[in-house]
Amino acid sequence: MSEENGSETVEIFIMGKKYEVPKGLTIMKAMEYSGYQYIRGVGCRGGFCGACATIYRLEGDYKLHTDLACQTTVQDGMYLTQLPFTPAGRENYDLEELEVSNNSLLDLYPELARCVSCNTCTKTCPQDLEVMDFVNEAIRGNIKEVAELSFDCIQCGLCAARCPAEIPHHHVAQLARRIYGKYQAPDSEHLEKRVEEIDAGQFDEELDELVNLSKEDLKERYENREIEA
Amino acid sequence: MNLNESDKQLLGKVEELSGENAFSCYQCGKCSAGCPFTEEMDLLPNQVIRKVQMGDASVLEAETPWICASCLSCEVDCPKGNDVPAIMEAIREISLRENFDEVNLNELDASDLPEIALVSNLRKKTG
Amino acid sequence: MREIAYYPGCSLKDTAKGFEDSAISVSKDLGIELKELPRWNCCGTVYSLTDDNLMKQVGPIRNLVRARDQGYDSLYTLCSMCDNTLKRSNRLVKKDEDKLSKINNFMDQEEDYEGEIEVKHYLELLRDELGWQEIKAKVKEPLEGIKVAPYYGCMLTRPKEIGLDDPHKPSILDELITSLGGIPVDFPYESECCGSYNTVDKKEVVLGKTQTITGGANKAGADLIITACPLCHFNLDSRQAELLEVAPSHHPVPVIYFTQLMAVAFGDIDVSGFEKHAIDPEPGLNLDNTVVSKR
Repeated sequence: MSEENGSETVEIFIMGKKYEVPKGLTIMKAMEYSGYQYIRGVGCRGGFCGACATIYRLEGDYKLHTDLACQTTVQDGMYLTQLPFTPAGRENYDLEELEVSNNSLLDLYPELARCVSCNTCTKTCPQDLEVMDFVNEAIRGNIKEVAELSFDCIQCGLCAARCPAEIPHHHVAQLARRIYGKYQAPDSEHLEKRVEEIDAGQFDEELDELVNLSKEDLKERYENREIEA
Repeated sequence: MNLNESDKQLLGKVEELSGENAFSCYQCGKCSAGCPFTEEMDLLPNQVIRKVQMGDASVLEAETPWICASCLSCEVDCPKGNDVPAIMEAIREISLRENFDEVNLNELDASDLPEIALVSNLRKKTG
Repeated sequence: MREIAYYPGCSLKDTAKGFEDSAISVSKDLGIELKELPRWNCCGTVYSLTDDNLMKQVGPIRNLVRARDQGYDSLYTLCSMCDNTLKRSNRLVKKDEDKLSKINNFMDQEEDYEGEIEVKHYLELLRDELGWQEIKAKVKEPLEGIKVAPYYGCMLTRPKEIGLDDPHKPSILDELITSLGGIPVDFPYESECCGSYNTVDKKEVVLGKTQTITGGANKAGADLIITACPLCHFNLDSRQAELLEVAPSHHPVPVIYFTQLMAVAFGDIDVSGFEKHAIDPEPGLNLDNTVVSKR
């Protein structure tokens, strides 16, 4: 750590090249500070989209760390690179046509059966999901459990990049959530009711009113809207 | 019997991977007599071991190690207590460790297969 | 109710659900509650035979760590492949400190395993802890006149070091059948491999073995076959149904799990799960005119 122009800085290595960057920046901002421009591998900048997967090591630590560049602050002695995309085979399927059974996940992704329960996927996940557990549930054909355990997956693909069995965990989990949502989850009664209300024209009047507002009035309404806590 | 360097290499690799001494086998043939799959095999189990003893790399091309189901009937029959299935596995592993897949997952129809069949098969037949 | 730690394995949660359901039910009859580990992973189904590939030992050992963390010293299995893999991995690390320490170092999020767990098969519980008399006492519908072929397969008895019976002349399933009031049938293929995982890429090998094994049981007069292995069950049941399409003269022999046979004899027929079987077991069990009619 050193002082540069009176503010604290840290020394990081982006793809092996050394940079002095202000302390407290996220990896993403530090890269931009160092002169890199993101064209791909960036998205929401808020930790939700999974586009900015990063791998790094810290000096003196054998562990390979994984995180999102927009969420992690730089540390002194950080060796990092971005991994914005992991090539991982995603099967083609038509959700409407899929014959759903317990075997659906293994049928489309038989490589699931190559899992050795090494737990590397779980240790890799920047969302702290129990990835190995949902892979095991997938092998057992428990689609609901896969959907629930993987609910917070943001598809960054880091698990698939590190898996020795070459499993595309995030695609398997997405398929599980799709099957669960379409075929297995209980129907949402209030949603159905609301769709009926919309179909019956219950909100047409309010909608028309909004459509016909001037830009200024619309702005004012937006600024004074009530937000649920 | 004189083994040249490449013969010794294969022998050494199989012994290292299996943890077995190939020369502990005296070719009595009991493994082959009890093996339930000899009809489908191109080499008898004792012939596989013989080839390993001689360092004959053609054993890597044989079908037998891929038909062996690690059922262990040879293992309980061997009068010398040799782990014949481990030798079969070592031969498979030499290929698998070069990123070879005996079973092509991209073309596999897994729709009627239970998980237990897939897990066991892919553990033994994909690299 | 005595509680025991139970490792189901993947199949018992899916294709072999009838195995688990019947085991839970007969255990209750015997005053035993199978407490499933709250968290477990696939055992790998087949034991790795290479001396240096410890990665494939991690799955089985991780399960033993989970059992130990729950405070158990024994872990009970039903599936013979899980039983075999867990026992052999356990044996490996108990006798090889170096390998155990490598595995422990790799599993850096878990507390070190030190061989605290003993893996036991459910059949060992029946024979060694409860005893056949105890089983006999729970029989409500004796399997009178029903001839049952005990199919041991490979993994219950081999290798000798972990096998639960004599690999050349096993008797544990025979004793179970007798305790349930049935007649164990002596047939030459009781320990012959069904072709195992070749069912994925060399189906013809398995069809041949299925014909030999089930045909042999039929020739010996068996009404049905019992097994402890979900893969044997798939090969002998589902593949036998396929065999019937190409060999119509083949006489089908139903294949059920040993716990399903117990469930029938204990009168727990509701949990038998036979509807999933490719070859209907009910005629073999005379269920249509005996047990079912008494329900």
